[in-house]
Amino acid sequence: MSQNQRVLLDPTSERELPIRARLPRLADLSGVTVGLLDISKARGDLFLNRLAELLEERGATIKRYAKPTFTKPAPTDLRQQIASECGAVIEALAD
Amino acid sequence: MSERPALPNGLVAFVKRDCPTCVLVGPVLAQLAKHAELTVYTQDDPSFPEGVPAIDDRDLNVSWHHKIDAVPTLVRVEEGHETERVLGWHRGDWERVSGASGLGEGLPAFRPGCGSRSVEPTLALDLAARFGGAALQSRRVELGEDEDAIEALFARGWSDGLPVVPPTERRVLAMLNGTTRPPDEVVAVVPPDLAPCSVEKVAINAVMAGCKPEHMPVVLAALEAACTDEFNIHGLLATTMGAGPVIVVNGPIRKRLGMNSGKNVFGQGNRANSSIGRALALIVRNVGGGRPGEVDRATFGNPGKLSFCFPEDEEGSPWTPLATDFGAEAGRDTVLLFPGEGPRTIVDQISRDPESLARSFAVNLRTVHHPKLPLAFDVMLAVGPEHARVFAEAGWDKAQLQQRLHELLLIPGRELVRGADGIAEGIPEGLADATLPKFKPGGILIVHCGGGAGLFSAIIGGWVNGETGSQPVLREIRS
Repeated sequence: MSQNQRVLLDPTSERELPIRARLPRLADLSGVTVGLLDISKARGDLFLNRLAELLEERGATIKRYAKPTFTKPAPTDLRQQIASECGAVIEALAD
Repeated sequence: MSERPALPNGLVAFVKRDCPTCVLVGPVLAQLAKHAELTVYTQDDPSFPEGVPAIDDRDLNVSWHHKIDAVPTLVRVEEGHETERVLGWHRGDWERVSGASGLGEGLPAFRPGCGSRSVEPTLALDLAARFGGAALQSRRVELGEDEDAIEALFARGWSDGLPVVPPTERRVLAMLNGTTRPPDEVVAVVPPDLAPCSVEKVAINAVMAGCKPEHMPVVLAALEAACTDEFNIHGLLATTMGAGPVIVVNGPIRKRLGMNSGKNVFGQGNRANSSIGRALALIVRNVGGGRPGEVDRATFGNPGKLSFCFPEDEEGSPWTPLATDFGAEAGRDTVLLFPGEGPRTIVDQISRDPESLARSFAVNLRTVHHPKLPLAFDVMLAVGPEHARVFAEAGWDKAQLQQRLHELLLIPGRELVRGADGIAEGIPEGLADATLPKFKPGGILIVHCGGGAGLFSAIIGGWVNGETGSQPVLREIRS
């Protein structure tokens, strides 16, 4: 018994999270497609509209995306679409 | 699981000296040994039965693996496979299984046996841990000799801030006895890490939460409900708002588990109420990886995020159970998951007619999250027995109360717009001429519970409702 009391079972998922290296920082924005992801919180669009102006001034091409709701993670299809279409992405989190 | 020892071909008997029927059939076994290939396993005394060479099974390894429930048990094994098994002494059965005749002359024709030592309640869990523990797939965490188990669990970040019960193999195996579902079955994919959660992981966390095995089916159903897209426990966990999962239990299981739907229903003191809710929270933390300050971004949270689970007082209610409002058949065991903050009391000790009391409810309900914010949040209204009686005596059913509350909570837009009442918070000015309901249709959930004394009810405010947030989710509890 005493031996058994010293052995516990791991309550976690026991997953080893993969650590991925970040992509290299962009040298400049000209010709780069920048995705702007609106998570659908109030006034996120105001913030992203202004960012779009500033980025376009610097030569970036803007693509706009939106999550269906801010309360759930972005759908996998949306994440993959952004990854395949953009060189960078900015997500507006706050309201 | 440790390897199952094979039984030899021929006849195999399991006995113990402590069983009078085994003593009775001792001479029969001696008789059989002369005529047939016979192997005897003895559970308590290797010198028993006399005159028959017996194999010592005092560690019950063979008895446990072959699921011996009673002694004597006589088994026929052919080519390594059990083909027949009889329990106790029955001359006809023994003669049929052994192929011998004239067995046990002078003995009664029939005598029931005794319980096998391998199923003695005081031993069964230790044996299950010793021989069956290997079937559990979770990583083993071996503690140092001087390490305190509870402190070790704190140190690894596996506690919600209170001590947890150390999940030993023995306790987890006992917990798994509370469900018929196999340990490796995946119950749900738990946010935020989207980690598949097996019945075994549920059992481990249920042990830590202080659950009893009979609580397991409720925890399993609550986890299934919480991890649906509709309930969206990811968002509920991640939000800066203070709500968390609230579990309402309906059906006969409330009584079987001794849950408390009466005095202090939302408070401390009942093991089932407290531990079931806590188990769900621990699973989200430990399996899902949802921890405060990380994905859990709550500004305040609420004490119910440790555990918030209660049953409805169906027996004392003048109304149909909450679960039936969500499609359950009356009398079925269910959980309803609701995204809720901490409860707040409505005091009305004067109203004795339903219209007055409904109005009291309405002015309080309007304050959910903000008196100027309509439609975005549902609410659970817990009506106490003394308030419910006012409606019952006037013949108001639940639907009538809900309807009246909706009418009383139709609010002119000019009271709600930004700037109204000198308060910047509110709805856009363009809605000034509209009339808006505080709650969407179906957004007032009514449950009956609480102690029999006190002209009180309670409000459990919701969280972002509908498809964009969280919707109440019902699940049937199955064994």
